[in-house]
Amino acid sequence: MAIDKYSTPMLDQLETGPWPSFISGIKRLRDQHPDERINKMTNSLLGQLEHSYETRKGYWKGGTVSVLGYGGGIIPRFSEVGKAFPESKEFHTLRVQPPAGNHYSTAMLRQLADSWEKYGSGLITFHGQTGNIMFIGTDTANTQHFFDEINEYGWDLGGAGPCVRTAMSCVGAARCEMSCTNELKAHRMLVNNFVDDVHRPALPYKFKFKVSGCANDCQNAIERADFAVLGTWRDDMKVDQAEVKNYIADKGRQYYIDNVITRCPTQALSLNDDDTLNVNNRDCVRCMHCLNVMPKALHPGDDKGVTILIGGKRTLKIGDLMGTVLVPFKKLETEEDYESLVELAETIIDFWAENGLEHERCGEMIERIGLANFLDGIGVDPDPNMLSHPRQSSYIRLDGWDEAAENWFERQAEAGR
Amino acid sequence: MADTREPIESGCPDPWQYLHPVMRKNFGQWKYHEHPRPGVLRHVAYSGDEIWTVKAGTQRILDVFTLRKLCDIGDQFADGFVHFTLRSNIEFLVKDQTKVDPLIAALEGAGFVVGGTQNSVAMISHTQGWLHCDIPGTDASGVVKSMMDELIDEFRNANMPNRVHITTSCCQINCGGQGDIAINIQHTKPPKINHDLVANVCERPTVVARCPVAAIRPAMVNGKPSLEVDERKCICCGACYPPCPPMQINDAEHSKLAIWVGGNHSNARGKPTFQKLVAAGIPNNPPRWPEATAIVKRILKAYKEGARDWERVNEWIERIGWPRFFEEVELPFTKYHIDTWRGARASFNSSSYIRF
Repeated sequence: MAIDKYSTPMLDQLETGPWPSFISGIKRLRDQHPDERINKMTNSLLGQLEHSYETRKGYWKGGTVSVLGYGGGIIPRFSEVGKAFPESKEFHTLRVQPPAGNHYSTAMLRQLADSWEKYGSGLITFHGQTGNIMFIGTDTANTQHFFDEINEYGWDLGGAGPCVRTAMSCVGAARCEMSCTNELKAHRMLVNNFVDDVHRPALPYKFKFKVSGCANDCQNAIERADFAVLGTWRDDMKVDQAEVKNYIADKGRQYYIDNVITRCPTQALSLNDDDTLNVNNRDCVRCMHCLNVMPKALHPGDDKGVTILIGGKRTLKIGDLMGTVLVPFKKLETEEDYESLVELAETIIDFWAENGLEHERCGEMIERIGLANFLDGIGVDPDPNMLSHPRQSSYIRLDGWDEAAENWFERQAEAGR
Repeated sequence: MADTREPIESGCPDPWQYLHPVMRKNFGQWKYHEHPRPGVLRHVAYSGDEIWTVKAGTQRILDVFTLRKLCDIGDQFADGFVHFTLRSNIEFLVKDQTKVDPLIAALEGAGFVVGGTQNSVAMISHTQGWLHCDIPGTDASGVVKSMMDELIDEFRNANMPNRVHITTSCCQINCGGQGDIAINIQHTKPPKINHDLVANVCERPTVVARCPVAAIRPAMVNGKPSLEVDERKCICCGACYPPCPPMQINDAEHSKLAIWVGGNHSNARGKPTFQKLVAAGIPNNPPRWPEATAIVKRILKAYKEGARDWERVNEWIERIGWPRFFEEVELPFTKYHIDTWRGARASFNSSSYIRF
């Protein structure tokens, strides 16, 4: 068919080179797709993108688009240069929640592709930075049609705006020997408890759950999640001494000392004279390094659980924050364990919804009111694991010291310590 | 409303139905893994079962043709089950080792890039940019395509000291996140305000509250309610632009790229770290951004030559020290590297530790 193609000399330069080109992909939709609507829409998109490359400016503006019954989940995009590029003047993205752990069958991917080309541009990303499948580019009417179709076969929108966002979890127990929890279950239990808060933005700002099965934190949970769940264990790590010896025989003793023994952040490892490994498990912080180096020889212990950190976020507005330990160790085995995890999340979100300022992330609120006040507000007792070190400043009123100390000893006694 | 449809609020789907049968059978029962070659992992379960993973890099923004091609390859040469990584690579899962080489050949034959495992330069994690974002200072897909064209051998071959995660972000909100190396927009001029539009488009108290340094205040300009910026206080971060598009922060000349290093999300060997500024004032130069890529390559070269096994970029610099880092990558050290934000004092060297 004859469509008037925009000239794209700058974008054309992104078709050279060995890495797969997104421009070539968009051009395939423009030139080869049987649906003229898609040809025109992607042609227009390329025209606007070329204009951005020429002028070094973006030309999309937000707005209000949603599907019936929801208040979020769509990233509305209206073109500021829609007169020049009319076929993509509405180019909204649907954020769709992926299955926990990002597992798919090819059959399901094909079904999603079939639905998307009926209503959208034909462009999809697995996944955006929040963790959604991004169906990029459709108009307002087709946003509803596409959602209706995929919602019938099991897919739901994620979050956008001040709401609980789509969660993320690592490949985890499905394929990783480092996994210390059922990441998929924790992920779904948490986020699916808050579907109302995902679909109807009414919180101070965004709230993200991320689950990593071990301290390698492949989901960047500590740095990026308001509620980070990391797998860990509290008994001794498992050591297969025969495999340790094999490793040393293969790599050499010096390599082993330089790359395993001395790399331990708490000096919890030593090499015995017979080339076996000695682990001081009370000093070990479960950082995962030695397990990463020798996945055949070393494994997490049996008494597994999770550490929960609160308040990670990126730059806006007060600067980057990592999460802070809130729960040093929590078992996640029984249904009651999982339910109490969800209850903790509810308590935190409720407190933050009451006390957070507009556009203030949970971590920023904690920074403003202080960690001790936050703990008091959600009813969690202070624990030295929450800190790198105790306070350094004497500028604090300590009238309540005796009571707090007594409280500590009572809790210790209750815990049988 | 008779013909409207109520949404089914099903939330996050259950992945169990999409797991490879071997992964379902051995869920939580994996024993160890090996890395037979770049782009390939072999996981072995306590049952003795094994699953092979072949990882491939793509253009991330997939058209349906490319997605179907990946599915065709997944059906013909693999077992019909895939997994996407955090960095948008696709992983094909196969039970049978004999399928691995034909699968790799099919992927590479179709133009995909097999690699990205272990100590490689992984696929650059990126944001939307000019293709779809409402506030971008640059493109993301284009920067990444340009850089990956030059870093492709480091993706294919796992011969860096440890893995390298690179990220890009098109504004200072930094959706791209923390990376061993991050290439992010850094604006250098205050917003240009279209005072005719502010009153109608912006909720002014919200915009005032959004500024991290309280540099914005309400003002009457030409008889209309608007906002003004104290340009001596303004840090040019662009935080006012999303809630108030008439406060245009993007500038064809003055929105620059900055490079940050040493972000590391893992707890292995040390606590997670944030990235640190090393280079700024780099031109935002589409369609190929050669100046930014050149600096990234210098940093990678110095890291590859200088770091010890298992050292991530932050650990390598911590060992050799920042003076030597700046020397080795031939970047200037300036007063702008000295932090001024809250907590800055913790980054000052309050010791006699100096390397000579």
